[in-house]
Amino acid sequence: MTLPFLILALLTLAGGVAAMTLRRLVHCALALAISFAGLAGLYLNLGAEFAGLAQLLVYVGAIAILIVFVILLTRGGDADPDSSFSPASAGSVVIALAVFAVLAWAVNTSSLAHVATLQPAPPSDKTGTLQIGQALMQHYVLPLEVIGLMLTAAMIGAVILALRDKRIAAEPKDSELRAS
Amino acid sequence: MTVAGLDQIFVTLKDILVAHTPAPLQTIVGILITIVPIIVIFPALFAVTTILERKGLGRIQNRYGPNRVGPWGILQPMADAVKSLTKEDLVPRAADQVVHYLAPLVLVGASFLGFAVLPIGRNMTAVNLDAGVLFFFAIGAGTELAVFMAGWSSRNKYSLLGAMRAIAQMISYEIPLILSSIAVVMIAGTLSPTLIVERQAAFSHGLAHWNLFTPWGLAGFILFMIAGTAETNRSPFDLPEGESEIIAGYFIEYSGFKFALFFLAEYLEMFAVSGLGITLFLGGWSSPVSFLAWIPSWAWFFTKLLALIVGFIWIRGTMPRLRMDQLMNFAWKFMLPMTLVVIVSAGIWRFLPVSFGGSAALGGMVRWLVCALVIVVPYVIFARMLGRGNHIEKRVYRFAE
Repeated sequence: MTLPFLILALLTLAGGVAAMTLRRLVHCALALAISFAGLAGLYLNLGAEFAGLAQLLVYVGAIAILIVFVILLTRGGDADPDSSFSPASAGSVVIALAVFAVLAWAVNTSSLAHVATLQPAPPSDKTGTLQIGQALMQHYVLPLEVIGLMLTAAMIGAVILALRDKRIAAEPKDSELRAS
Repeated sequence: MTVAGLDQIFVTLKDILVAHTPAPLQTIVGILITIVPIIVIFPALFAVTTILERKGLGRIQNRYGPNRVGPWGILQPMADAVKSLTKEDLVPRAADQVVHYLAPLVLVGASFLGFAVLPIGRNMTAVNLDAGVLFFFAIGAGTELAVFMAGWSSRNKYSLLGAMRAIAQMISYEIPLILSSIAVVMIAGTLSPTLIVERQAAFSHGLAHWNLFTPWGLAGFILFMIAGTAETNRSPFDLPEGESEIIAGYFIEYSGFKFALFFLAEYLEMFAVSGLGITLFLGGWSSPVSFLAWIPSWAWFFTKLLALIVGFIWIRGTMPRLRMDQLMNFAWKFMLPMTLVVIVSAGIWRFLPVSFGGSAALGGMVRWLVCALVIVVPYVIFARMLGRGNHIEKRVYRFAE
């Protein structure tokens, strides 16, 4: 356990705890962004340059902004202050603990964890991005293309949904205007 | 002193200073010597830019600009700094105190991080990351969140509107910004800014191998700088600030030094994006022609940076602000397809043979023309499609003529 690891781990955990306990939803979203950034720092600390930067780009840059937008567009950013500990939260704590236990068990018993401890790989951050790129572009090029096609289809689908929604929403307004 | 010595003077200076510190402190002193100049030089450049901008805009708009402080008003930045330091720091009572306080700090911090991966001279990259270009774009996420924090925490509808506009604009123009740099990454075969510059620093027939001198590079550079202008909320893309509509956008409720921090961050982002543009397309610290290669590398970088800044100021003085629908149409219906076309053109450039019928000069020309055609034809089509339905007539002024 080195000092950078401790700082980053504390940051990640504190962000996660704050995201669960703070009362205002926007505060929670910002705390979650801190947690994401801390996780990216942990990846970088492990020498996984590409994974860390992609985590920063995707989670802090896109997901956190998306969450913030959703909060602003749906509830106005203000949660009722008394609802932070409801009876339902006991159940969610149990579920969260169960998920954590399963994940911890899976990680602990997986072969990868023991391989890593037996022979620590040399920090090869000079080649990590290159290796990922070559693997994606040569060996896994077909899955990559399929995923790209799927994402494009999803994007077009989202656009079509948004378009149809607009047309339906626009029609009653017209009749309202005529009626008034 | 030799030419090479002058070129490497800062690197040598750092090595000497590090060598003369006690061994346990060497790491930290080395890091400090790398970071502190960045934190000093770019804000100093910000001060120079403000006076340049106010004078330049004054010249464009037929007025004097600042001319009271010091000879020709060149000490105006100092007066501005003293003013913003001594002004009262007002925080609205309804504001979210913590987030309101943190937003300018996060913004300035994230803006500074971009400089970490820019090679500002030969062997002068602060952090030589293998995926430096990716790092630069990942750091941009921090500025988006900071802008949202500022706009939301102020509890002001204008600031929230400004933040929403800013984020919508940043997300839309981030895509063409990243896609236009992908062409360079494809050709260079690396994400490291240092290596990208080194690939461009070679000469043939006295001319450097800058990406700007290729058709895809030229188009990519123009697209990159347009997207960069939008990304940094500079005019004509300054809708998030829109003085005439929402007063100052997301930093309306900031006063005193926090306001100055927002300004600093805006200019730092402008420098950082220009610096990345220089790195990707303008050959970074390399000289354009071989007979000027004796000029130190860092001087080249800052000359190019100043030239781009002057370009930014000129555009600000000339272009009117866009409307929201124009902004979005331009990003999604023109910029995005054009960047994809540039990527295709770069791919064709990579696989076309350099020599044609045994002649290298002819082959080069054929390759240049083919790749230029691949860009120009779609450009004309997209421009026609976007321009359809817009009848621009000569405006008649009833009283001004």
